[in-house]
Amino acid sequence: MPAPFSWIRPEPWGIHVVPADAWVDPSRPVERALVTHGHADHARGGHGQTVATPETLAIMELRYRTGAQDEAGEIPHKAVPVEYGESITLPGDVQATYFPAGHVLGSAQILLEHAGERIVCTGDYKRRADPTCPQFEVVPCDIFITEATFGLPLFTHPPIAEEMAKLLDRLAAHPDRCVLVGAYALGKAQRVIAELRAAGHHDPIYLHGAMEKMCRLYEEHGVDLGELRLVSDHTKDDMRGSVVVSPPGALNDRWSRRLPEPITAMASGWMRVRQRARQRNVELPLIISDHADWGELTRTIEEVDPVETWITHGREDALLRWCQLHQRRARALAMVGYEDEDD
Amino acid sequence: MEEFAALIDALVYTRSRNEKLRLIAEYLRATPDPDRGWALAALSDGLDFPAVKSSTIRNLLKDRVDPVLWTLSRDFVGDTAETASLLWPAPEHPPSPPTVGEAVELLEGMNRKSVFVDLPKLLDRLDASGRYALLKLATGGMRIGVSSRLAKTAFAQAFDVSVEEVEEYWHGLAPPFPELFAWAAEGQAPPDMANLPTFRPFMLAHPLEETVVDLADYVAEWKWDGIRVQLVRAGDETKLFSRSGDDISATFPELLDVLPFPAVLDGELLVRGSHQGGEANDVTQGGAASFNALQQRLGRKTVSKKMLAEAPAFVRLYDALLIDGEDLRALPWTERRKRLEALMARLPDTHFDLSRVVEARDFDHLAEIREGSRDDAIEGLMLKRKDSPYIAGRRVRYWYKWKRDPLLVDCVLMYAQRGSGKRSSFYSDYTFGCWDGDPDKGAELLPVGKAYSGFTDEELKKLDRHVRQNTVNRFGPVRETDKSLVFEVAFDSVHESKRHKSGLAMRFPRIHRIRWDKPVHEADRIEALKALIRD
Repeated sequence: MPAPFSWIRPEPWGIHVVPADAWVDPSRPVERALVTHGHADHARGGHGQTVATPETLAIMELRYRTGAQDEAGEIPHKAVPVEYGESITLPGDVQATYFPAGHVLGSAQILLEHAGERIVCTGDYKRRADPTCPQFEVVPCDIFITEATFGLPLFTHPPIAEEMAKLLDRLAAHPDRCVLVGAYALGKAQRVIAELRAAGHHDPIYLHGAMEKMCRLYEEHGVDLGELRLVSDHTKDDMRGSVVVSPPGALNDRWSRRLPEPITAMASGWMRVRQRARQRNVELPLIISDHADWGELTRTIEEVDPVETWITHGREDALLRWCQLHQRRARALAMVGYEDEDD
Repeated sequence: MEEFAALIDALVYTRSRNEKLRLIAEYLRATPDPDRGWALAALSDGLDFPAVKSSTIRNLLKDRVDPVLWTLSRDFVGDTAETASLLWPAPEHPPSPPTVGEAVELLEGMNRKSVFVDLPKLLDRLDASGRYALLKLATGGMRIGVSSRLAKTAFAQAFDVSVEEVEEYWHGLAPPFPELFAWAAEGQAPPDMANLPTFRPFMLAHPLEETVVDLADYVAEWKWDGIRVQLVRAGDETKLFSRSGDDISATFPELLDVLPFPAVLDGELLVRGSHQGGEANDVTQGGAASFNALQQRLGRKTVSKKMLAEAPAFVRLYDALLIDGEDLRALPWTERRKRLEALMARLPDTHFDLSRVVEARDFDHLAEIREGSRDDAIEGLMLKRKDSPYIAGRRVRYWYKWKRDPLLVDCVLMYAQRGSGKRSSFYSDYTFGCWDGDPDKGAELLPVGKAYSGFTDEELKKLDRHVRQNTVNRFGPVRETDKSLVFEVAFDSVHESKRHKSGLAMRFPRIHRIRWDKPVHEADRIEALKALIRD
């Protein structure tokens, strides 16, 4: 009889599910990939077959043409959709079930079962309610593979309503200017827009061109974003008193010169730290994250209550220390390619 | 305290100078005494509470948070006060927050023991922003992109007075500056400074860079490599101030009874050392030791007789601001120079001499003289416009500094540490070394210096990535790299030093160029650096 959990092997470029010869979120092209969500550090193009939720596959089709026909009418990179709560049987008698991770549209935790052992890969996750995706579910397991992006006790994300109020207050105080919100193009941008609508802001919101397709994709999946307009179709005067959303990289770019005296805001968990905001020349920091904060990370480990916790990326030292202090078995995986995205 | 905390947060996130001025001015107008005075002090020169140090905060937190988690958090944030403000376990129902005045009073009342009981009580009354503002105020140095000058300018704007006048009174008054507010805000008589030995802000120079000046309009002087000082006598008391206005009288007691009349003099403080008396030639004056010798005397609160005898200090005079109560600052440089030359007869030559004017036929000739200057006490040349009045701060076109070209050496990056402030999270402090022999025959690298500057933000990002990807060892906040990158390091001079394993210490090292292309075995050896020692 093989040693417990010997069927799963963390490698620097992904988590190898050995009997199925499948990889979770591999950072290099493989024959069979199980992808948790559409962010570029987890989802990459070029796999022979990608198993993911239909929403994640739609995002990957948009970005990498996963599941799309080539000129010869072939589908070189196949897409295998799995709905939330649905299971798929992989070769080598491995069962994979997808559960909501609450991170972005389509994001999933993947439960892997083999020989009576249960392993959950979270990818990235958060516990807060998000109008753009279903909420995280606690899935009992033996090994819990978690992220630790905000794995330091100083990270506590405030209620999003407070951050929305900050944004709207500033907007109201400067009717001749605009508030330019830097937000990650997949997930954060749409969540900010949806939360603004929930806070009662129904004016048109202006988009940087790079955000348009992803917003349309969200709308096609039933997320109502209200009236969206493209910055490039409008004059400075049109945008006075409005919210403009752009990728973080465009905040200090020449592009922003076309805006009416923008107040630079950024929606990110890193905004909790003043110097991080200053490094990006942010005037209005909005502490909004699609990742679990410290309290949520530790509470989740307690609720899942696994035999062992594996930590993929982020501030793994600190979360490892917390596990030690709470007599929980844990190890940090040395993964490459996962980055601190502009979250 | 909430208003002050809101001001600090707003300043942290504001880039525009005008907006910062507006924010501070608005606060100063809307806030009563003494809060606004304490706030002004905190924003300008900073306040000092001996019982509250960075280590105090660290110790307080380590009692409340796991020490490992504290260290990891502090390392990530890059600022002790901010980390503490975020990690402080706040009570569920905090008591009412203090005013700034009340907080200052409580901080002043703390001693090294009681601080561990009283500071927590104070922190419990504040939210995260309030805690940040309080801890920044308590430990001095806000580091929020507001200079002392900016704070004073905001004060001047708030009450529509001139900033020059504010500067004039500033150094004779103490926080919370009731007289200053009474004068500017309430229209009362200005504070009387006539009999107080107070600091007057220095006139400073711009780097010359590509500019060429006409020697018909400018005079040249040596820029001495000591410390710029201001010696002030008023009301029968003499004080010595450093460039930043710090009172350093106690460090140089030999200068306190040698100025026999009321005056404010500007000069370079130097010590007579190994070069005493000798080396005087027709270009330079000699008589002064290198900066390294002066350094032995800096930062001391008391001075031994031995030290006074071995390395006596003197002032090489550049300028006179006031003589016998007469204000000379509005006069042109040529006129002030005449007065200063006439003054030398009234000053003991044991403690004063005059910084000579460097004569040159034309600018090219001057450049030649600058190239030829090898005296260790010379940093370069100063160029002063003959008609320049003496104005506080750095004014375009009046004064230029033209430093000697730096020395260069190729070193290998060995260790990197995260920076703080704006550079927190970036590996921005670099320790580099030179070979102690032939690198192809097994020589080792020995650290020779540390640099934090000389690269652009773009280069910093690349260096940070290099460090992260080439780490071979971690020691707390320090990473040891695989020693695969060469820096061309510029520095002003190099001296023997017992403090470093290599036996060398560089003065003002900075990264001149990053040699991504250069193989490490081609970096310089220790001997090459030793050959550059001049003292």
